[in-house]
Amino acid sequence: MRRFLLAGLMLLAIWQGLSWLVRSPVLPDPPTVGRVFVQALGGRLGEHMLVSAYRVVGAMVLAGLVGSLLGLVIGHHPRWNALAAPAIYLTYPIPKIVFLPLVMLFLGVGDAAKIFLIALILFFQVLVVVRDAAASVRFELVLSVRSLGATRWQLLRYIYLPACLPAVLTGLRVSTGTAIAVLFLTESFATQAGLGYYILVETWGRMAYPEMYAGVLAMSLLGMGLYLVLDRLERRLCGWLTAGGGP
Amino acid sequence: MSMIRVENLSFGYRQPAELFRDFSWTVQPGERWAVIGPSGCGKTTLLYLLAGLRRPSGGTITVAGQPLRGPRLQTGLILQDYGLLPWARAWENVALGLAIRGVPRPERRRRALAWLERLGLQAVADRYPAQLSGGQRQRVAIARTLILEPDLLLLDEPFAALDALTREDLQDLLGALCAQTTMVLVTHDIAEAVFLAQRLLVLGRPPIRQGQVIENPAAGQPGYRRTVEFALRCAQVRQALERAQDRVVAEVGG
Repeated sequence: MRRFLLAGLMLLAIWQGLSWLVRSPVLPDPPTVGRVFVQALGGRLGEHMLVSAYRVVGAMVLAGLVGSLLGLVIGHHPRWNALAAPAIYLTYPIPKIVFLPLVMLFLGVGDAAKIFLIALILFFQVLVVVRDAAASVRFELVLSVRSLGATRWQLLRYIYLPACLPAVLTGLRVSTGTAIAVLFLTESFATQAGLGYYILVETWGRMAYPEMYAGVLAMSLLGMGLYLVLDRLERRLCGWLTAGGGP
Repeated sequence: MSMIRVENLSFGYRQPAELFRDFSWTVQPGERWAVIGPSGCGKTTLLYLLAGLRRPSGGTITVAGQPLRGPRLQTGLILQDYGLLPWARAWENVALGLAIRGVPRPERRRRALAWLERLGLQAVADRYPAQLSGGQRQRVAIARTLILEPDLLLLDEPFAALDALTREDLQDLLGALCAQTTMVLVTHDIAEAVFLAQRLLVLGRPPIRQGQVIENPAAGQPGYRRTVEFALRCAQVRQALERAQDRVVAEVGG
């Protein structure tokens, strides 16, 4: 904890130093931005942040659920895995962001299109790691639990689900940065809510620089918050991975 | 009624009768058998077939009078390793079979703790398998199987990964806990087979048509390990194993 605090203070110091050096309204100092951030958070900025959080969290939940479900189904069965592998191999490297115009044509300019696009990108990350985690479950483990009388559903519940949970959470956690970046892009036009809109249109467009920095700060905090929550969840739900004190 | 009746069994992973060809074998209730043979001879496969985890390509397997069609609830299976769920605590692993049978959680915990105490593991009930020693892990696996009160116990190299003293300790424990249970132990450890099993089935190289049976009536008695009879029996089994392999070497050569 103290190390994180120290790192934070160091970043603030660098920012402060740069703003002293540059001496331009384009780079206001941390105290100014901090003040504006606190003020704005109670007003419009808070609303924009909530909208953005809704979109990105919704997309993560959607991608997490669909991606892990499909990954589990494909990964736990060698034949299905062999069948699906070429399709995943071909579609995985496609930059899904280029589907943005298409998605908007089909789903309109509302939240649905934004959530869908972020979810689509996260979905592949989750799908691949969950499939691999499910495929690497030891066959002996499956046999021994089957010998206890487990049905196929119980094998999923007692073996594949817990075996894949760390992969789902890690997959989502390392994709947080990507998710926020795509969020920013989808909010940069054809909308009047969200942090992307706030930063690009409401503040940058009006040269309200301290407010713009407050927006950047809000977006960073959103990403950091999600990262922390996922990290905590992983430690909480997958305690067996980090449980120390060997035999 | 015999406990296990294998009739004209054929099985192979790639070809239908690659491992077993017209193989027949009978186990009576309460008997303790060891299946011993060189690695790759199909002894583990035989165990999977008896557990209902594999289907024969020919012939029939009858367990307790019922034709075997899949895993049977009264059959307990203990594998060398990998049998425990890494994400479940020791007591949850012991209670897994009860959970699968829908026993409520408080009762599961109570019964699992009782078994852990019986095996001297109460102090580690809340630990994960990675935090246990090899011997403790195998005790948990034994408790998980015995808690279901099986009438047939199948063991695949259960103690192969353990050091000599822990291994003997667990062999004693198993001998004491399962004195009445029908048992089939697959092993390549001659001393283990001779200590635990009253009858030994010696397998050669596949395809296996029949095995050689060696009687070992003194098995399971405390202190048997330190008798001359034990040493002689081990030598006899070793000889049978060597013969079983030689014969095949001759066959392959010719």
